[in-house]
Amino acid sequence: MGILPYLILSALLFTIGTVGVIVKKNVIAIFLCIELMLNAANLSFVAFSSYLGQTHGQIFVFLVMVVAAAEAAVGLAITIALYRNRKTLSVDDADIMKW
Amino acid sequence: MEIWLFYLFGGIALISAVSVVAQRRLVYSAISLIVCLCALSGIYLLLKAQFIAAVQVIVYAGAIMVLFLFVIMLLDPFSPPVLTDKRKRLGYVGASMGGIALVLLYPLLKAYDLSKVPHEPETLVPASDVQRIGHALFTDYLLPFEVTSILILVGIIGAVVLAKKQA
Repeated sequence: MGILPYLILSALLFTIGTVGVIVKKNVIAIFLCIELMLNAANLSFVAFSSYLGQTHGQIFVFLVMVVAAAEAAVGLAITIALYRNRKTLSVDDADIMKW
Repeated sequence: MEIWLFYLFGGIALISAVSVVAQRRLVYSAISLIVCLCALSGIYLLLKAQFIAAVQVIVYAGAIMVLFLFVIMLLDPFSPPVLTDKRKRLGYVGASMGGIALVLLYPLLKAYDLSKVPHEPETLVPASDVQRIGHALFTDYLLPFEVTSILILVGIIGAVVLAKKQA
């Protein structure tokens, strides 16, 4: 069994995440879908890392997880600030920076 | 055996990923994502990446998702789904975009002939040896590793500043 099935699974997960980002309107739901996309990319990294027998891919996954953690912390803080100021979680209502 | 485990974990991951998008309540979405992350951790084990599998469960499903659940419960625990779809068309747009993305990804996967990539699976030491990862992390990747800690620090400070009540 090669790594092609893993790559296909990764592509499917990434697509599902993309669809979620487009379809969802709740900020936190969009965040969850972005996490899904990050994990799909991670799966590709690990698959290639295992296929090539190198650790580099896994180190990248490690770094991606750190970035995801930082992104979640800052993003959720922004969400809380948004909810406190505008009493909404909808991206459609967060249009104050739109001109 | 490997292929059946792949189908099992992959199926769970796909179903729960669809559930993340399909659920209307955020808590269910988040819990579906946790299931998806755990299934992916099983797939990492299949790929002999034990370290990443453990980190996936401990850090991702354990820490990041708890942060998400914490904020979800802080903001709207039992309110009716905030966003009933006013625009049904958005769903069709999303589905067609997903279809286009798959159509674009398929030839990429097809065109890339994996057998041409040089690799020697016979001579491998297990790629996921924690010792090897740790060694690489503190030699070749020392600078990115340290930059990572600065990133975390910036994230912490940013989160505190943003979420603080304005005086």
